[in-house]
Amino acid sequence: MTKEPILIEMKDVSFAYHQRVVLKNVNLSVHQRDYIAIIGPNGGGKTTLLKLILGLLKPDSGSIVVRGQTPQKASHIIGYVPQEIYHNQHFPISVLDIVQMGALSPKKHLFWHRNKNRKKALEILDQLNMSEYAKNSLRSLSGGQRQRVYIARALMTDPEFLLLDEPTTGIDSRGQIDFYHLLEELNYTLTIVMVSHDMMAISKHVKSVACVNRSVYYHEQSEISEVTIQNMYPNETGNECPIELIAHGMPHRVLQQHDH
Amino acid sequence: MEAFQYDFMQHALIAGLLASIICGIMGTLTIVNRLVFLSGGIAHAAYGGIGLSIFMGWPFLVGTIGFSIVTAILMAIIAMHNKERSDAIIGVIWASGMACGIILVDLTPGYQVDLMSYLFGSILTVPKTDLIIMGMIAVFICFFIILFYDSLLAISYDEEFARVRGVYVKSLYFSMIILLTLTIILVIQVVGLILVIALLTIPAYIMEKYAKSLFQMMIGAIVLGCLFSIVGLLLAFQFDISAGASIIMVSSTVFFMNTGFSKCT
Repeated sequence: MTKEPILIEMKDVSFAYHQRVVLKNVNLSVHQRDYIAIIGPNGGGKTTLLKLILGLLKPDSGSIVVRGQTPQKASHIIGYVPQEIYHNQHFPISVLDIVQMGALSPKKHLFWHRNKNRKKALEILDQLNMSEYAKNSLRSLSGGQRQRVYIARALMTDPEFLLLDEPTTGIDSRGQIDFYHLLEELNYTLTIVMVSHDMMAISKHVKSVACVNRSVYYHEQSEISEVTIQNMYPNETGNECPIELIAHGMPHRVLQQHDH
Repeated sequence: MEAFQYDFMQHALIAGLLASIICGIMGTLTIVNRLVFLSGGIAHAAYGGIGLSIFMGWPFLVGTIGFSIVTAILMAIIAMHNKERSDAIIGVIWASGMACGIILVDLTPGYQVDLMSYLFGSILTVPKTDLIIMGMIAVFICFFIILFYDSLLAISYDEEFARVRGVYVKSLYFSMIILLTLTIILVIQVVGLILVIALLTIPAYIMEKYAKSLFQMMIGAIVLGCLFSIVGLLLAFQFDISAGASIIMVSSTVFFMNTGFSKCT
């Protein structure tokens, strides 16, 4: 199988917060049309990895290249879907306002492009079956609907990949299924990078998995298609995860063992 | 409406309406960005600037605005870098600014300043020049909001996303703080410190629940502020009570009624 071209490439990236090493010598390549889940324990460096790709943080050493550019310059090809921000629940903002926010850029002043952006925002909401809520206030939507709004916002710059931070937090299981269907559809044209601590509920459409716990271990497509009963979740000492999966003939994937 | 036949009442009305417009806009930004405590800090520490201007013999407005912008930016930087403990540090600057002002006034020979008029203002004796300055600031703030509405909305709602999209978050944030400081200082001159805090927070906070957008919240807060000012002034005229306190009482009565009403439903 020929690989798609590389979209994000991290080489020997290390990062420390106040001398506490969070990520060490991370190498990760994300190819086009990949659908990669970044999993790992809390405090393992998932969010840091994401912020490095977004260009919000700069690595202490190593390099990150997004489509041949620095993450800062490549910001328009990154569609960022942040974690649901609970503290802003009461913020008076309409769905359309949020989606239009996605078109912000330092060079173009939105003031002059308002009509064009509005039209585009409505089109994207329509694609995601959310157009009837365009005028609604965000507060009136369910968790799953809000997540669609954030995806619509991320799509405003016609990105090449979507970066989602724990997107299913606070969504009920029915909503999660719908949400994963949507991601599957989007994956026909877009690369998807998803951070999740919810290891039990990774969509079956995920093509590869990167485990983050200071270092990153990448599980290839071919590797994870083999179902072997091994350990799914590594912890720091390299011992097995204390969680077992019990299932009756349900399709589950088990990743190959690796050292962290 | 015979109350508004008098010149001083007309001036007071215009002052109240202008203050409501400025405070409705900046108050909305204050509420959604959780800057109420910082505003309190700016307003109180401003007294240090007043004291400094008197002591040094500087023009009053220049000295106070300069001093206040410096302290406001200092507090904003601390609030940015030390989110958990920023309230305590703002509290310290709040108190020390005020103490500085009082001591500097004490040290100025032959000068007696009326602390009460700083606290509660003297809306009934507003000079025309103050009204003109306030009007100019109101126009300036409106232009600023129209131009930067989308970016301000983005940094208020989701600062991290705004930064990813390349919005100049820091410069906008500090411009907002500077405008807030200007608002507070100019409105203090006219209606006093307590009324500034009330007009900044009460109308915007009431509207937050009902507004569907930040713009609606601003407009709603302006309308509410104007209503409170008119009713407050009329009551003050009718019953011969302090105008500033009367406007605040009208505002807070509506605030508590609204809070009680929404708790019940």
